[in-house]
Amino acid sequence: MNRWNMEANEMSLASLSDDVLASVWGALDDVKDPEIPAVSIRELGMVRQVCALDGRIRVELLPTFVGCPALDWIRRSVERQVAQVLGRDDVDVVFVFDEPWTSARITPQGIEKLLQFGIAPPVVSNDSRLIPPCPYCGAESGEVENLFGPTPCRAIFYCHHCKQPFEGMKPL
Amino acid sequence: MAVHTAAVELSIEHREALVDFLRQLADDELTLGHRDSEWLGFAPDVEEDVAFSSIAQDEVGHAVYYLDRLAELGEGAADVLAFQRDGGARRNANLVERVNGDWAYTILRHFCYDVFDTLRLRALTDSSFKPLAQGAEKMLREERYHLLHMESWVKHLGRAGGEARERLQAAVEAVWRDLGDLFSLGAHAEVLVRERLMPVPPEELLASWVDRVGPVLTEAGLSWPGAPTLTTEAGRVGVHGPELQTLLDTMRAVYHLNPETRW
Repeated sequence: MNRWNMEANEMSLASLSDDVLASVWGALDDVKDPEIPAVSIRELGMVRQVCALDGRIRVELLPTFVGCPALDWIRRSVERQVAQVLGRDDVDVVFVFDEPWTSARITPQGIEKLLQFGIAPPVVSNDSRLIPPCPYCGAESGEVENLFGPTPCRAIFYCHHCKQPFEGMKPL
Repeated sequence: MAVHTAAVELSIEHREALVDFLRQLADDELTLGHRDSEWLGFAPDVEEDVAFSSIAQDEVGHAVYYLDRLAELGEGAADVLAFQRDGGARRNANLVERVNGDWAYTILRHFCYDVFDTLRLRALTDSSFKPLAQGAEKMLREERYHLLHMESWVKHLGRAGGEARERLQAAVEAVWRDLGDLFSLGAHAEVLVRERLMPVPPEELLASWVDRVGPVLTEAGLSWPGAPTLTTEAGRVGVHGPELQTLLDTMRAVYHLNPETRW
């Protein structure tokens, strides 16, 4: 089976009832990013929409990075979580590209939790700034240590104020 | 002009051209991604081990995106396409199959490719094949980081002077010998451009590439060898150097132990 689904445009997507919809969104709150377990995929802004297709539940996700190795894990977690909360196994999780995932999709709660976890949230701006404030001391005196970090979505910075290296999410 | 959202809408002529082009895209990314991964444990410092591994992961991920589109067109599963096709069926440019050589060559080759890939992706955001337009929009944002990284290395090595700049200048000469087919759209170029599957023709892409690369080489104190000459031969029509076979032997060694294994 393909990881991506491109055929939704020809499909007739329908709405789910309000209570089913609320339960699915609730279930998605409990699916965490395996590399940042403090933050849910909903808080990361990865959920594009939840709808119905041919009577089945359809969860559309936006990958943060195309080559993110966590995607298959996330897909299985969503299937498991929805099955557990709703008692239904007719759920299809598809990764879509109708719009690109961007840093601006991270919710305020997601930003707060990233900070608590010690990862600087991405700079969201119109210019090309990359360096976020330090998540430990808040100083804006960081420099790039490595544009590439432990996962595709993270970079490594160094804070000249508190003399700590720190991780931050790349603006995308 | 039609916007193609699915394979069923394509004529046979368009389909053949699209399949060939998707192979060019997938094979460029997969081959260079494999070369990037070869630096793991051997890069000049641990930061570059991390950087090249991360870049490799991005490039291979992009290859999978294109291979999945081929699978949707009925060309076979992504793993089969990645591992079972022999050199003659591969459409990557010669540049990305060359062995890594020294650090200067690695950096300069990647910089030249990343500028090309960024321009190609930007063009593809207007592709009449919607999955390509959507994927390009996403990948473009990721490639920004590859380009930033390689450009800063080119400038660092160039400004360092001495052996670093000498090696970088030698890399320029070596990369230039392989630029001809990079811009080629292969056997179906005319259809690809006419149907706007790939809306920008090679000559135009090359001109933008020269405008972008020239000033960086100047800033790095390197001499400009002149605009590369385009060719429609070589990698885009399946003609490769012996390096590709060696690369494929390594890349497929585990796969061939048991192609049916589920990972």
